[in-house]
Amino acid sequence: MKILKTLEKYMEDPSLELVASGHRACQGCAEVLALRMAFKVLGKNTIVAMATGCMEIISTPLPITCWRLPWIHVAFENTAAVASGIESAIRILMAKGKIDKKWINVVGVAGDGGTSDIGLQALSGALERGHRLIYICLDNEAYMNTGVQRSSSTPYGASTTTSPPGKKSIGQSTWKKDMPKIAVAHNIPYVATACPSYPFDLFNKLKKAKEKDGPSYIHILSVCPTGWRIPSEMAIEYGRLAVRCGMFPLYEVEDGVYKMTFKPDTLIPVEEYIKGQGRFRHLTEKEIKEIQQRVNSEWEKLNKLCEITKP
Amino acid sequence: MAKKMEEYKWQDLNAGCVIDEPGNSLQYKTGEWRILRPLTDYSKCTKCGLCWLFCPDNAMRPKEDGFFASHPDYCKGCGICAQECKFEAIKMVEDKK
Amino acid sequence: MKRKGIEVSKAIAEAAKLARVEVVSAYPITPQTHIVEHLAELVANGELEAVYLNVESEHSALSACVGAAATGARTFTSTSAQGLELMHEILFITSSLRLPVVMVLVNRALSAPLSIWCDHSDVMAARDCGWIMLFCENGQEAVDSLIMAYRIAEDKRVLLPVIVNVDGFTLSHVIEPIEFPEQDEVDRFLPPYEALFKLDPERPVTFGAYGMPEIYTEAKYAQEMALVSSKKVIKEVMEEFGKRFGREYKVVETYNMENSKVAFVSCGSINENIKTAIDLLKKDGLDVGLISLRLFRPFPSEEFLESLKNVKRLIVVERSMPQGATNTPIFNEICALIFTRKLDLTVENYIAGLGGRDVLPQEFLELVVNPPEKDHGREYKVLGVRG
Repeated sequence: MKILKTLEKYMEDPSLELVASGHRACQGCAEVLALRMAFKVLGKNTIVAMATGCMEIISTPLPITCWRLPWIHVAFENTAAVASGIESAIRILMAKGKIDKKWINVVGVAGDGGTSDIGLQALSGALERGHRLIYICLDNEAYMNTGVQRSSSTPYGASTTTSPPGKKSIGQSTWKKDMPKIAVAHNIPYVATACPSYPFDLFNKLKKAKEKDGPSYIHILSVCPTGWRIPSEMAIEYGRLAVRCGMFPLYEVEDGVYKMTFKPDTLIPVEEYIKGQGRFRHLTEKEIKEIQQRVNSEWEKLNKLCEITKP
Repeated sequence: MAKKMEEYKWQDLNAGCVIDEPGNSLQYKTGEWRILRPLTDYSKCTKCGLCWLFCPDNAMRPKEDGFFASHPDYCKGCGICAQECKFEAIKMVEDKK
Repeated sequence: MKRKGIEVSKAIAEAAKLARVEVVSAYPITPQTHIVEHLAELVANGELEAVYLNVESEHSALSACVGAAATGARTFTSTSAQGLELMHEILFITSSLRLPVVMVLVNRALSAPLSIWCDHSDVMAARDCGWIMLFCENGQEAVDSLIMAYRIAEDKRVLLPVIVNVDGFTLSHVIEPIEFPEQDEVDRFLPPYEALFKLDPERPVTFGAYGMPEIYTEAKYAQEMALVSSKKVIKEVMEEFGKRFGREYKVVETYNMENSKVAFVSCGSINENIKTAIDLLKKDGLDVGLISLRLFRPFPSEEFLESLKNVKRLIVVERSMPQGATNTPIFNEICALIFTRKLDLTVENYIAGLGGRDVLPQEFLELVVNPPEKDHGREYKVLGVRG
């Protein structure tokens, strides 16, 4: 298998599947794909704390688990705190010689709601305290597990069950919360955005996160065919379109230095990303134009950040 | 192999309902969800492995000859492999179970 | 054994040190603060080899303990009132995951109105969260209970979290002479924590799977059976503690019960004033007893019934007001027992000492000789309420 050779640059054993088949994710779920990819890089010496949400539900209906890693789910809003406890325990147990000294990745995983809404406080605490942990936000842009309700990470204009468009509503009326920049504000060693549609970029970022001696925050756009109302086979393609139109730029912030990790020569119009998705179907040309303007200015800002933080 | 949920007595559960059979989800066959299945034209396949890499279910697996085939127990028929194949070697066909 | 005069909060921190706690995770709240401040100091000085986690809320304090305990560390947290309420969600999960976290709850009244003073409304609002719950009457009991709590919690037959209740201010902030056992004695009594299951890459397990209707009942029943059968271990541990350290504890303590036909039922530091009242009554030739619940969860039903002896009249005094309930929590437990066992007893229900209100021995004495009428159509009487 040619691809395995290529992947060896990023991971010890590319054939390792730490998320076993038989999980109950929807057809074409790019969120579980993100997990599959991420844990290939992180490898076996990893402990996972996961928030309530799609990935928790699809992976562990008692007495079944698809996890081949030590894994814990406690609640919705406290993933970063649980991960802090795990990391602290490892630190003290190693210091006291109760467990062998070796590199163990402690990983917190939560959705966009579990991160940017209900879990934000616990996450901020964990990032501020400087634990050596990797926090992965799987952003599918709404509360999908409970039936597609809006979160603060839902993009402007999107229709969800609690931001329905109507005579007096265009759908989601607020702009997507900029979670990666909130993470950056904690002055942690590594923040990055990623998307499984760009697997090598994702692998590279997780590899970097793994090597940091402090908290890293990885924000992964996870296309949700069910919630976005797109055909299941288009999950990878929509991730690509989101990146290519500039709505979800791929970048990293390493010790405060911003860097684009995938920079298209020209951005495709956001319309190309928006038009095929059921959640945006109601948007008028004027509204799409408004989104385009916002994307342009955000893109510009991000590029400026890359320039001014360049060492 | 875990028993069916409804066969568990309370004494059978580990303390804290801890599951100590990692990856026992293999016994849950998600292939039953499938309507379409991927069919590979191996004359077009270059063994690049993208279908394997992008499969959310790890259902597209390498064979001994280096080609890939979808695992009937786990392939949910999402169609990502066919969509993502750069060589149009995979198409989705009706699954006659 | 060393004896010294020390603030009870500090003594509790010293007991946690003797128990060699490994992860301390707490958020400051009055009147718990002196415990965690002293622990932070012990860690900072290198006197206690532990991680002190300055979390950003009580919710995270307990969540971090859950993560640490699941990884195999001995964990400690402490809180009061609103802090316990913020932890509420995680209390249930800690016990369901069967993690032996130990918490000292410095009892304080719940808001509103905001009150930093003692009553038991905090613990009573969390009484069915699946934790083992112990009450203390004085500082020595607090120290001993904390050491016993780890031994109980970590016993493989138990594996449940424990709350040690310590009354805010009246107990937590007083200076008492306390005997501290030597470290090697504690080490012999309390071996290092060995988890049955833990988060370990060498042997991956899944904690916190969800339960479908087909299996949820069995999961909860298994947990309940563990809690109920923990009583046997609790009694064993208390007995062994007595043998090793010379202070024997019982799940239900009694005072002057031999010839008493009337007895108080209560828990916590208020018992000391009840005992003073009992002593005063005895001088007048009247025998009144006290049944004190050291263990509240699992409810020690058999031991409670055994303690009744010749009693015909029970005076139940509690420090919480469960809004809208017919009666107070301990009263309800007792009445359920009396009814199902068809016992011939009268039981009176009093609420006292809310939000730090003092209740003097004289007031307890009055309850015996001159019981007040219930008022406003309630099934209980609130002592000292004006109007």
